[in-house]
Order: sequence, then C-alpha cells, then structure tokens
Amino acid sequence: MNAESKLSMLAPAFDVERVRRDFPILSQSVHGKKLVFLDSAASAQKPRAVIDAMTHAMETQYANVHRGLHWMSERTSDAYEGVRDKVAGLLNAPSREEIVFTGSSTGAINLVAHSYGRGILKPGQAVVVSEMEHHANIVPWQMLRDAHGIELRVLPITEAGELEMAALPGLLADGRVGLVAVTHMSNVLGTYNPVSRIAQLAHEAGALLLVDGSQAVVHRAVDVQALGADFYVFTGHKLYGPTGIGVLWARMALLDAMPPFMGGGDMISSVSFERSSWAKPPSKFEAGTPAILEAIGLGAAIDYVQAIGMDAISAHEAELTDHALSRLSAIEGLQVIGRAQDRGGVVSFTLEGAHAHDVATLLDRNGIAVRAGQHCAEPLIRRLGLTSTTRASFGIYTTREEIDFLADTLVRVKGFFQ
Amino acid sequence: MSGADTFQDARSLYQDIILDRGRNPRHMHRLDPFDARAQGENPMCGDQIEVRLGFTSDGRVADAAFEGRGCAISLASADLMADVVRGRTRAELHALAAAFGTLARTGDAPLADAALDALRPLSGVSEYPSRVKCATLPWNALLAALDAGPGGA
Repeated sequence: MNAESKLSMLAPAFDVERVRRDFPILSQSVHGKKLVFLDSAASAQKPRAVIDAMTHAMETQYANVHRGLHWMSERTSDAYEGVRDKVAGLLNAPSREEIVFTGSSTGAINLVAHSYGRGILKPGQAVVVSEMEHHANIVPWQMLRDAHGIELRVLPITEAGELEMAALPGLLADGRVGLVAVTHMSNVLGTYNPVSRIAQLAHEAGALLLVDGSQAVVHRAVDVQALGADFYVFTGHKLYGPTGIGVLWARMALLDAMPPFMGGGDMISSVSFERSSWAKPPSKFEAGTPAILEAIGLGAAIDYVQAIGMDAISAHEAELTDHALSRLSAIEGLQVIGRAQDRGGVVSFTLEGAHAHDVATLLDRNGIAVRAGQHCAEPLIRRLGLTSTTRASFGIYTTREEIDFLADTLVRVKGFFQ
Repeated sequence: MSGADTFQDARSLYQDIILDRGRNPRHMHRLDPFDARAQGENPMCGDQIEVRLGFTSDGRVADAAFEGRGCAISLASADLMADVVRGRTRAELHALAAAFGTLARTGDAPLADAALDALRPLSGVSEYPSRVKCATLPWNALLAALDAGPGGA
C-alpha cells in the first residue's frame, strides 16, 4: 500500500450520511414530517460527542474550577483549561492565554466595547462598523458612543451585498478611528468579507480591527494571525457546541492594557477593602464561576469538527451553497438577496406574493426549519429596501436532497399564495 | 396536485377568507381626513401597520382604514378588524380587542358579539404560537389610535 492510499484510508472522504448519524436530533419528526433543519446559522444542532462530553463530566468529573484543592476540582480545571488550548488551536492564536471565555459572541463584543472602548478609546475617537452587521456588533458601539463620546461611522455595502471597500480609506482618513468592527461572514447575505485587507487599511490608519466570527468560524478554517485581526469573537452554539459559551481572542498586549470588564472572583490576584489587583489575562476577564460544562462541550465540538476537517466541511458547504443558489434562483418570483463572489452557506431570499413569515410557516408544516424576519440585522434589511427575508442556512449535516426538498416545497408555497 | 391541496394541515390558519383578505384587502388605503392614528410595529419581522380612524360626533368609529406592510395573517386581520369597528364606541372596541386577543391565543373567546364571529376565521392562529402576534398587531395599533389623537402614537 502506498502512502497516498494509506492517507486516504486515514482521512476518508466526507460522508454526510455518517455525519448525520452523529446528530441524534436529525431523526426527529416535525408535524409528522422528517425534520429538515436549515436554520443552523441561528444555532446549530449538537453531535453525540458534545452531548456525551457534557453528560460525562456531570456524571463522573465535576466541581468548580481554579478553587478546590481536591481531585475533582483539579480534574475539572484541567478539562476547562484544556479547552483553551483547543480554541487557540482552532484560531491559530499565538498563545492560549489570549483566549478569553465569555457567554457568547455578544458577550465578547460587549467586553471589548466596555473594557477597550471605555478604558482605552478616548472621547472624540471613532468606531467603524459595516452596514451588514448583526445587532450584536452595532448596539454595543452605539452604547459606547452615547456613554463615552465615541463617533460611530458606517461602512456601506454594494448592491451585490459586499463591503464598499473603496469607502473605507475615506472613513479612516482623519486618523480618529480607533477601531473597525466588522463581521467575517454576513448572517444574512452569506458574504465573506476581505478581513486581511481591512486589517491592513485599519492598521495603516492607526486603528485596530475586531472581527465577528460567529458565522465564519463554522464554515472555514480561521487563522487570526494570517487575518491580521486584533480581536476575534465567536460563539459555541453555532459551532455545534452548547449555548452559553463564547470566545474572545485578542492580542496579549491589548488584554494586558485593557481594564477588567466585570469584577468578582477568579479575576483578581488579591483583594482588600482598600484595593484589589487584577489577575493576568485571561483570568482578568473571567470573573465568577465560568460556564464550565459549556466550555467542555465546546471542546468536544472543536474536536468533532477538526476530526472531520474544516477543509472538508467548507468544501461540502460550498457545494451545497452552489446547489441551493442554482435551484432557488430557478424559481420564478424568488429573489436571492446578496450576490457576493465569496460566500458561505447562508442563502436569504424573498418570494413574490408571499411574506417571509407565511413562507416559513408553510415550510415548517413540511418539516423544514428556516428563519424569517430581519435576522437581527435591521439596518441591513432596511438598506436592502426590504422588511423581511426568509433564510436557509446550511451545516455539516445538510444534504443536497434537503435543498431539493426546500426548492420543491417553495414552488408549492408560491402556488398556495397565488 | 394544486399548491393549496399539499398544505392541507395549514388550512386551519390559511382559510380562504384569510388568503383572500391578505391578497386583496378592502380597507388598505389612506384615510384622510382622520381623527386618530397609530402605528403598530412588530420588531421581529419588521412589519408595520398604521391604523387611521374617523369618529362620529358621539364618539363612535365612523371609518377605519390601514396602511403598511405585513404577512397574510396581519393584513387579513387588519382588514377584518376594519370591517367590524364601524359604529363602535371606544369601550366596545376595548372589549372586542381583549376578546380577539383571547381568541388568537386560545382559539376561542367568551364574548357574545357578532363582530367576534366575523373574526373567527383567525382563530386557527392559536395553533401557531409564533404567529399570534401577527394577528394581534393591527388590534394593538387600533387600541393605540383610540388613545391617541390625530397626532398619532
């Protein structure tokens, strides 16, 4: 046996049916129909490995972390801290100490907005966000603007649903921008943004770059060093992990300089009534008992996707997205929203004569779960001249047959409302 | 097989009168002049319905119309609402709105009023918890308009 065939035995081709067997929920029925789950961009389903890791911890090895001088606490601390290594590996972060656990992406962005925003940015400086941001990457900056005298600037999008990169130098030109905060991949348009180029432009203007990786980290390998980002955030539950656990990665020099966000246990090195001193990062930003079980679940999710391979996952999803775009575009009266060159497994659309909520209700009656509405991106939906869209989003377990069923059912939905 | 047949179990929600009123609302136009108006908004879906009312000298609704964007359920509900509000006092409309809210949530409501019977085609929404707010959106706008003057709410 030559080396190549040995390798192909070790790394079998992506087998979606095998993947599906790892997700217990996929055998469920909805309204008596087979579940077709096309809402992974809102929250992904969980593989057996994640469910078992969390259950196993609760059944066999659980105590609070970083506190007890007993076996259970030490083992649980090992498991919790082990996940920090896994996350550092997933993002290719230079150091495990640069990984801060939060409750969600929203929690991570709020941490940066409070700590970096109020602690380091000066009134009169500006933050740039894009027109395609999720509310989680708009509202914290608005709150910072109102509380701290920061100007909020908006990078527009093109008709195709890509960032208007030509407008960025102008927004950065006066040198007052301290931070650019953009999504790596739009949760509505599917657009992947040219983050490395944005990093370069931001840095040339003396600004830092925060990247919201909530969608992107699920679909492609992410290398924060290659991207040139300064902050990168994502959430566990979209990456086949549990809810309640998110991640902030930031350069150590930033984490060192930033004041704590929340105060409490675990984030101090010593406390007296006169003063307290802070622990080093990442502990400085992890006040209180953390989401221990959720972190363990996230660790299992990272192991799971890495065993399959991010490249295999992105190839599978790229094929699904191409198939969906060609099937859906062929439906008369259906308009796909967003025509970005570089895109991930999220397809939003409108259907002539049928409101997104009515579409979603009828799809649901056929077992198909999609999202309908504004997708927590109201400014984007308004910019597009819409009030709502229907969104189908794909995961590791999505099949071509499911997309065909979506397309066939949409044709019937259209007939229903005609 | 026609489109309608294949969604048989959704017909409790999308009865013929709902589909018809959603497609061709009778009262979807700008009422001008008017005595009161208010906007109802559903932030999750972005739907907006503005209700405008005219009153008689003794404080009954003389005319009602609406404008806006919404799904089949919210438009049909607004249209059926505009059908039944004429000639009603504020107190009667508050009672009717409360009864309609119960109808939408539970599928039934104890109010002996012919107007409520005209709204019963919307009772199927009770089987779709996420759609109840679509049916009640225009009623919330109506209540706000009853409380507001011509400046609106």
